[in-house]
Amino acid sequence: MNDSVLHVPRDQLTETVAGLRDEGYVSVLDVTAVDYLEHPGRTDLPPEVSPERFELVVTLISHAAPGRVRLRVQVPADDPTVATLFDLYPGTEALEREVADMFGIVFEGHPDPSRILMPPDWEGHPLRKDFSVGQIPVQFKATQ
Amino acid sequence: MKLPLVGDPKAIVDQGLEGVDHNFVTGKLEDLVKWSRARSCWPATFGLACCAIEMMATGGAHYDLARYGMEVFRASPRQADLMIVAGRVSQKMAPILRRIYDQMMEPKWVISMGVCASSGGMFNNYAIVQGVDQIVPVDVYAPGCPPGPETLMHAILTLHDKITSGEITRRRDETGAGANLTVDQRDGQSSTGVVIRT
Amino acid sequence: MTATDAAVRRRDDSAVLRISEDDGERLEAESNASDTSMIMNMGPQHPSTHGVLRLMLEMEGETVMRSKPVIGYLHTGMEKTAETLTYLQGPTNVTRMDYASPLFSELAFSMATEALLGLEVPPRAVWIRMLMCELNRISSHLLFQATNGMDIGAVSMMIYGWREREEALRLLETITGLRMNHNFIRPGGVAADLPDGWRDEVLTLIDALPARLNEFDTLLTGQPIYRERLQGVGVINTAECLALGVTGPILRSTGYAWDLRRDMPYLAYDQMDFDVVVGTYGDCFDRYAIRLNEIRESIRILAQILDQMPTGDYRVQDKKVTPPPRARIDESMEALIHHFKIFTEGFKVPAGEVYAAVESPRGELGCYMVSDGSAVPYRMHIRGPSFVNLQTLPHMMQGGMVADAVAIISSVDPIMGEVDR
Ligand code: SF4
Repeated sequence: MNDSVLHVPRDQLTETVAGLRDEGYVSVLDVTAVDYLEHPGRTDLPPEVSPERFELVVTLISHAAPGRVRLRVQVPADDPTVATLFDLYPGTEALEREVADMFGIVFEGHPDPSRILMPPDWEGHPLRKDFSVGQIPVQFKATQ
Repeated sequence: MKLPLVGDPKAIVDQGLEGVDHNFVTGKLEDLVKWSRARSCWPATFGLACCAIEMMATGGAHYDLARYGMEVFRASPRQADLMIVAGRVSQKMAPILRRIYDQMMEPKWVISMGVCASSGGMFNNYAIVQGVDQIVPVDVYAPGCPPGPETLMHAILTLHDKITSGEITRRRDETGAGANLTVDQRDGQSSTGVVIRT
Repeated sequence: MTATDAAVRRRDDSAVLRISEDDGERLEAESNASDTSMIMNMGPQHPSTHGVLRLMLEMEGETVMRSKPVIGYLHTGMEKTAETLTYLQGPTNVTRMDYASPLFSELAFSMATEALLGLEVPPRAVWIRMLMCELNRISSHLLFQATNGMDIGAVSMMIYGWREREEALRLLETITGLRMNHNFIRPGGVAADLPDGWRDEVLTLIDALPARLNEFDTLLTGQPIYRERLQGVGVINTAECLALGVTGPILRSTGYAWDLRRDMPYLAYDQMDFDVVVGTYGDCFDRYAIRLNEIRESIRILAQILDQMPTGDYRVQDKKVTPPPRARIDESMEALIHHFKIFTEGFKVPAGEVYAAVESPRGELGCYMVSDGSAVPYRMHIRGPSFVNLQTLPHMMQGGMVADAVAIISSVDPIMGEVDR
């Protein structure tokens, strides 16, 4: 839980990950994203990083010196694209597809950019904050 | 107790066939058909989520669904009479569920196992169909999350009763709707300790 | 094979079929008689796919050339639902993900919440958590033995596996009140203290199990037909596993000893004496043997837990996260209000983000949590090991028979609830 956190500019993600791979980070554990729609001016970022709507979170693990590193990448809402990590770590394929499906972030160069969890004809990206949970109000029928 | 036509159960247990009073059992053909329908009601494997694990447990050694002639879970819907919808039905799965139901041969029955299948349960959101009865007619709802094997068996036996009485088939023919029965939860009332005999 | 090679293999003449379902159907309709390959659909309603996994297989006769797992048939929107549930309600939600080992998801969720809160869990709670997790690991691996046997055709294994699992479930029911989906491990500790007589019950279980496991050995391990079906089937190597992000028994079956319990200890695993079981060939048989022997290791851990279980509180005495004791509610108005507040409004968690991971029976189960300072998580993501592990399927299946595909799926032991979430 004392993982190191790196803030990486979007265009340097691939290089950073390649560098980390050479340092002994053997696996990408997780690729996910957060939609900060409701927190445009959040303050938890270092001053040189300007917040954007989406944040891509990539977790890598090193086995030789056990530890994880978490990369946080700001992705703007008007151009939600990131270069794929597939060529470095093919295991990111499904994870990136999930992020694309759930958040609508496009991974450039991804070999199979289809929806993974939702039906292919589904509209919208469920984990975005402006997608409603879709709750049906619970009706309590008279209990006899 | 003396069963009509057959004889004293104790004598049958003790003496085998010798204890049977009559060599013939007479009855109406209709009763016989209903009886055999209820006694070999093969379920289709339709395990979806957590409830499926409990459904498998019901088929296991402890609870032994074979007692009711139901241990053969058919992989092909064409050989099955009963669909136990065990688990949450997602929007993506719903069309497939309907297709499998359509492939089953009449007469067919549906048990909705667990709160997810019955009403969406705690997953009141975009992904889950809020009740499988929107897709297929349901005969018995088994409550619980998951319903334990006892509850599932209670649901199954309730269904068997209705099949034997013929009520369900009649209603199906008339309206196409399921029986919509709800049973009580029977599991989790008491827990017993570990008993392993070596 | 290095990671880049694996990438090339996946992209070009790869093992992964990269066409959509509609394209698959169209191709199939257009193919003519001279075309010997075909695309076969397997699932989502299929006996051996452990729920609702669907596979598209490109076949040449009976040989699988390429394949593609199609998932999402159990997508439950749990990560979205988690954004509407308080931190105290959260475990109810995540426990329904991996329903064969629910306690691990609860543990990861609770550890993430506690990390955000900066809470220190009392020792007894830590040890109870460890006890529960190891019991759950046993029941999960027993479930694997049952379903694996059934998938291969050793149908009676279904009965044997369930026979033992049922005892483990009984014990879990005695302690947590439920057979599955326990919601027992919660932020701040566990839901209740261990009941009277728990020690004897655990002892009964771990005394009887080794003999039963030896029975499994007799039934399966030395059985020529069983070995024939599994040995040399679904081979994968360490480099491929690491490149694909695979963890758990699949990674260990390649001879690579990586177990979070030993290498990045959490709870009190650093005080436990146990072995990490590894395989040699990375085939289905190794994965079977690893899971069987991990049950034995869990029994060893349980025995140590029984000896060293500390006394004390089973949850933190922090008024902010802990509801008042049940008895106090009848006496004091404040306690009643406190109880009501905690269960309706929950408690606020400082803003921040954290990733907590545990070693579940399937591999690294991580929880990524973002808090914005309110009483519900801003974002909760579970890194499900089955989801990532499923990517190995095309690689293991390539060039094998379609009958082996069933053995391979079963040896990955995916739980679809966790794959689709
Ligand atoms: S009712 Fe409960 S146990 Fe059954 S599928 Fe739904 S969440 Fe799982």
